[in-house]
Amino acid sequence: MKNPKTRRDFLKASALASGALITQPFTLHGAYAAPDNHLKLALIGCGGRGTGAVFQAFDTGQPIKLVAMADAFRDRLDKSLEPILNKYGADKVDVPEERKFVGFDGYKQAMAEADVVILATPPGFRPMHFEEAVNQGKQIFMEKPVATDAAGIRKVLAAAESAKAKKLNVVVGLQRHYQNNYRETIKRIHDGAIGDIVGGQVYWNDGGVWVRERQPGQTEMEYQMRNWYYFNWLCGDHITEQHVHNIDVANWVKKGYPVKAEGTGGRQVRTGKEHGEIFDHHVLTFTYEDGSVIHSECRHFPGASNRVDETFQGTKGKAYLSAGNHGILTDWSGNSIYDHDRENNPNPYQQEHDELWAALVNGEYKFADAENAAKSTMTSIMGRYATYSGKVITWEEAMNGQVNLFPETLSWDAMPKIVPNEDGYYPHAIPGKTKVV
Amino acid sequence: MPNLNYTFLLLIFSLYQFWTGPGESPEYQAEFKPYNQEIPGTQVAFEMMPIPAGEFSMGSESGDFPDESPLHKVTLDAFWMGAHEVTWDAFELFLDKNYELAISETPLSEEVDGLTRPSLPYLDMTFGMGKEGKPAIGMTQYGAIQFCRWLYLKTGIFYRLPTEAEWEYAARAGTETKFFYGDDSGKLSDYAWIASNSEGTTQKIGLKEANPYGLYDIYGNVMEWTSDQYEEDFYANSTDENPQNPSLQLYPRVVRGGSFKHSKEEISSSRRYKSDPKWKQLDPQIPKSQWWFPEAPFIGMRLVRPFETPSDEEIEAYYSREPIPDY
Repeated sequence: MKNPKTRRDFLKASALASGALITQPFTLHGAYAAPDNHLKLALIGCGGRGTGAVFQAFDTGQPIKLVAMADAFRDRLDKSLEPILNKYGADKVDVPEERKFVGFDGYKQAMAEADVVILATPPGFRPMHFEEAVNQGKQIFMEKPVATDAAGIRKVLAAAESAKAKKLNVVVGLQRHYQNNYRETIKRIHDGAIGDIVGGQVYWNDGGVWVRERQPGQTEMEYQMRNWYYFNWLCGDHITEQHVHNIDVANWVKKGYPVKAEGTGGRQVRTGKEHGEIFDHHVLTFTYEDGSVIHSECRHFPGASNRVDETFQGTKGKAYLSAGNHGILTDWSGNSIYDHDRENNPNPYQQEHDELWAALVNGEYKFADAENAAKSTMTSIMGRYATYSGKVITWEEAMNGQVNLFPETLSWDAMPKIVPNEDGYYPHAIPGKTKVV
Repeated sequence: MPNLNYTFLLLIFSLYQFWTGPGESPEYQAEFKPYNQEIPGTQVAFEMMPIPAGEFSMGSESGDFPDESPLHKVTLDAFWMGAHEVTWDAFELFLDKNYELAISETPLSEEVDGLTRPSLPYLDMTFGMGKEGKPAIGMTQYGAIQFCRWLYLKTGIFYRLPTEAEWEYAARAGTETKFFYGDDSGKLSDYAWIASNSEGTTQKIGLKEANPYGLYDIYGNVMEWTSDQYEEDFYANSTDENPQNPSLQLYPRVVRGGSFKHSKEEISSSRRYKSDPKWKQLDPQIPKSQWWFPEAPFIGMRLVRPFETPSDEEIEAYYSREPIPDY
């Protein structure tokens, strides 16, 4: 930072060279110019991922001070602060008792303390947190997915427009957009390396994720908040929470969003009380405007084969991509067109922060990830609507969906809309019967 | 040739038993021979091979890798070692209790039911390379030891990781050459899945030639955990009888054997590798998982069972070491 001007010029030049989204300079009010020269950060959602994102922010090496934290649960906040403080020290971590905000509403006050916010709660809260952060004029890193139902998506899309108007940087943790094999390979696909994309297959098939057991004395609201993966108002089902990554890659490759979804899903092997209401498999086709079809498959079946990757077929060749740094383009005679070097690629979870914070420190407006993230999340929700209902769901039907999953009231004593039956099992969607939009 | 060797070794084993008599442990007077370990209540089983007590020269003075020197005499007690690297078929039963329950023909014991299991990995820890008959990969040393504990609760038999010395002794199988078959790295692809023949992926266990002790894939396929801390100059200070360097620091710890990603120049019986925090950089959470290395598709494990079963207290102490937090 000895010569900020040179560095700034260099960053601008490299941003232009890499074809960054937006390059208009902007002024970050009262932030980097503040007397102590730090960008003030607030963490909203202090789980493992939010804590990890704070580490990545600090690891950019930029002048950052964590000043506020908010979480529904005090124990999660404390467990998050401890390693952050231990690693980065009191110089960079200044979160006294009065800037620890616990409960459902603390996020507003936490945001008010900061220039930049990290939104990393379970996805059901993202729309209202994102809306508030934009209203408060904050720079934003938020995790995927960005909503769990159509009402949430509409809120995010409206706030995304507002963020653009206010020139607020928004980076979303669909980190494949910040991973070199995806960037390099998809750039070549868009340049026509394998012709027009006529079909593809995207997968997240593996054994499933964590379960939090019900504890004595928990209200239903607290139980669902702790075991949030299995409740749609919080998680959106694994097709949204997890498979959104692969669906988003399909949209990225296709440069658009599907016009309809149809498919099948259910609960085949993961059927316990502790598994709430979500399905353990969804198999779909997404049809795009040009008539091309993407097959999408996600399942949580332990003991079965795993597959997490994306393949596409073009008129001149085919593509194979994975988070394991695969990026392979081959023509139909088997000749290699591009084979991304899998060694020594930057960590995309770090890269997304490196790029965001460099822009913030240099007062640049470069990132507007929210709209695509909302539409890719919507694609996954449309898929869930299709598997839950067993019906063909169009983009318009999905986008205008009126079934709101969110509780009427957020408090520990309030009842979520989904509650267990007398045996402790939760009702789940029945294709052919369940109304989704 | 391998068959001849094998017959010879069986003879040695018989003599060994004759000389040493049955093990002194009152609970365990197993015959010292190969056996098939079934995992009770499942169709999964694996083979264990006897590795006789003895003395060998550990390390190398080739000068290629300074941490392999000095060459030094080491004496080891007898143990069994897995003929193969641990596969997903076994490891996934431990990984996911619901899966174990679903597949088991008998109810789980209280201890097995209550065991701490790995966090289910958010990422695909097979890295798209398949499960059936393929080595389990990406586990931490802590996870590997907890798998041993699960196996102990299932079978009543004390399984653990090899020490670094046990690993090298078993890999050498009485040889002093670079590889158990000689010194020619050009022949390594007959015995091992390495970068030049693996096509970038793990392979099913047991498809290459075994070493004289009947250990398959001891080189290549996946690197294998030992229980030792890695120290570059450990050989200068190590004891000569059953040496071990307990893992008190999280990094680096010793792994051995090379993998499907290593070239023939990077592999030998004496080659030492070390664990690296970079293997966890793709874990986006803090604290980072105590169970998984999302960037180490090349690390797996092989089991050891000591011939002399340690006391219940020693067994409990081995299994119940708390993991070190990883940030």
